[in-house]
Amino acid sequence: MTDDHAHESPRQASTSTELHAPDHDAHAAGHAAPLWLLAAVFAALLVLTGATVAVTQIQLGPLNVWLALLIATVKAALVVLYFMHLRWDSPFNATILISALLFVAVLTGAVIHDSREYRPLLDRPQSTPRRVAVAGQRDRRRPSRAGCGTAGTRDGAK
Amino acid sequence: MQDPETGTQPTQASQHHDAGAHGQGGDAHAHDHAPHLAHHFDTPTQQFESGKLGMWVFLATEILMFGGLFAAYGMYRGNHPEIYLYAHHYLDTTLGAINTIILLASSFTVAWGVRAAQKGQRKLLVTLLLLTLLGGFGFMGIKAIEYTSKFTHDLWPGSANMFYNPTLNPMFADANDPRAAQLEAIRHLEEYYGIRGGHGGGGHGGGHAGAIEQPRITLTDDADPGDAEAASGQGEAPGPSPAVERSMINPPAVGAGGLSEEALGEAPSHVAPHMPAAAAGATLTYEDLPPTEQSRAHMFFQIYYMMTGLHAVHVLVGLGLISWITVRSFRGAFGPAYYTPVDLVGLYWHLVDLIWIFLFPLLYLIH
Repeated sequence: MTDDHAHESPRQASTSTELHAPDHDAHAAGHAAPLWLLAAVFAALLVLTGATVAVTQIQLGPLNVWLALLIATVKAALVVLYFMHLRWDSPFNATILISALLFVAVLTGAVIHDSREYRPLLDRPQSTPRRVAVAGQRDRRRPSRAGCGTAGTRDGAK
Repeated sequence: MQDPETGTQPTQASQHHDAGAHGQGGDAHAHDHAPHLAHHFDTPTQQFESGKLGMWVFLATEILMFGGLFAAYGMYRGNHPEIYLYAHHYLDTTLGAINTIILLASSFTVAWGVRAAQKGQRKLLVTLLLLTLLGGFGFMGIKAIEYTSKFTHDLWPGSANMFYNPTLNPMFADANDPRAAQLEAIRHLEEYYGIRGGHGGGGHGGGHAGAIEQPRITLTDDADPGDAEAASGQGEAPGPSPAVERSMINPPAVGAGGLSEEALGEAPSHVAPHMPAAAAGATLTYEDLPPTEQSRAHMFFQIYYMMTGLHAVHVLVGLGLISWITVRSFRGAFGPAYYTPVDLVGLYWHLVDLIWIFLFPLLYLIH
């Protein structure tokens, strides 16, 4: 990574004369990411894109969403760290990003948590708490069996 | 390296200030200060870092803005999973995947472009920025194809959406029985998109871009009509028009057996194994949805349009910014000493990519 600065010197000579002596190195302000690294990150992103599509074929139930999100997060981390240079940046920039993500997580988490509270009011087939992803289908499938204790609140009870 | 003609506002300001403050001659200060150094910064490094910090703060606000949409998405998906499971079949996974790759590639070219600017490789920089522009236009082109394909099938945003409450939907305004008309229209749409048997093309496999509708309704006496009947019978019993719903369901009598080989093979990938439809090898259809959820199916499209629409606006803004950077690069405005705009526009473009990285699996790859 540091070799980037080395073979830059001839051109640098011409421009750095315009700069202040001590602070100079404007180009040291930005770290030039090595090309092989950028290419490797791009390749990894493509592989992960393929993985996220492939993973859809696997039956994991509700886990599928989380797996997809995990892969997306890894991809995002690669973009942020290398394409966006955050790895070599001032940690302050990372702090800003992380706090933004934290607030998004707080918002999303609170909203989703809250939405569970009024699910009974939604006039929809009652969900089984743990099987959110398919609960409605379940109920629909065995409508007449008294199995679900919540059957009374089900569809169409407008 | 620095072209005086491309001097920006800060540059002029700094020169002016320097000349006054230091009492130096025009020639002298040119060698004393970086030409792009604004007077309120001590060093180019400080200026660059400050610009970058500001950009990150802006990106944080962008993330928060999209965060609201992601929260809406999560809330609705948490409460209405079937709608997502059903309606995502109207999105074209292939086009979505191609767009993902295009955006990743254009992100790569921008990252490489920043490097080229840092190293003063002007021609390479211009080439890479042009490639990025190409990627951006390619993305918007595919997005336009996707949107157009939906619009031609009345999958509009807002109340014109086919799934919108039929009695309020302008599309069914003149129908005697709006609900029946809506069901009829939805059935045709499902056939077209390969959600329901009869269309061998596999609608969401990329086929619908150019495919021509071939109404090939296969008659089977499978479990599916029974399913639908059970659902509607149960759900709509207290409702106003059970008979209508019945009559709309029964005639085509398409079920698992009516699906093409391809659809059969594909079905398990979209439907959870413990779902009855999947067990039967069929994809969830509109009539499989609980009646209360049917009237909410349009919400998937509203969320889809809001999220991808806001993202597309960002792509357009990014295209404008990259065009501007490309022109300036072409004029030789950037080099190792000054490439801040390339870097910051690059950061913006990467953010657009980042958002899409999450949108793609959340909207197109619902399982």
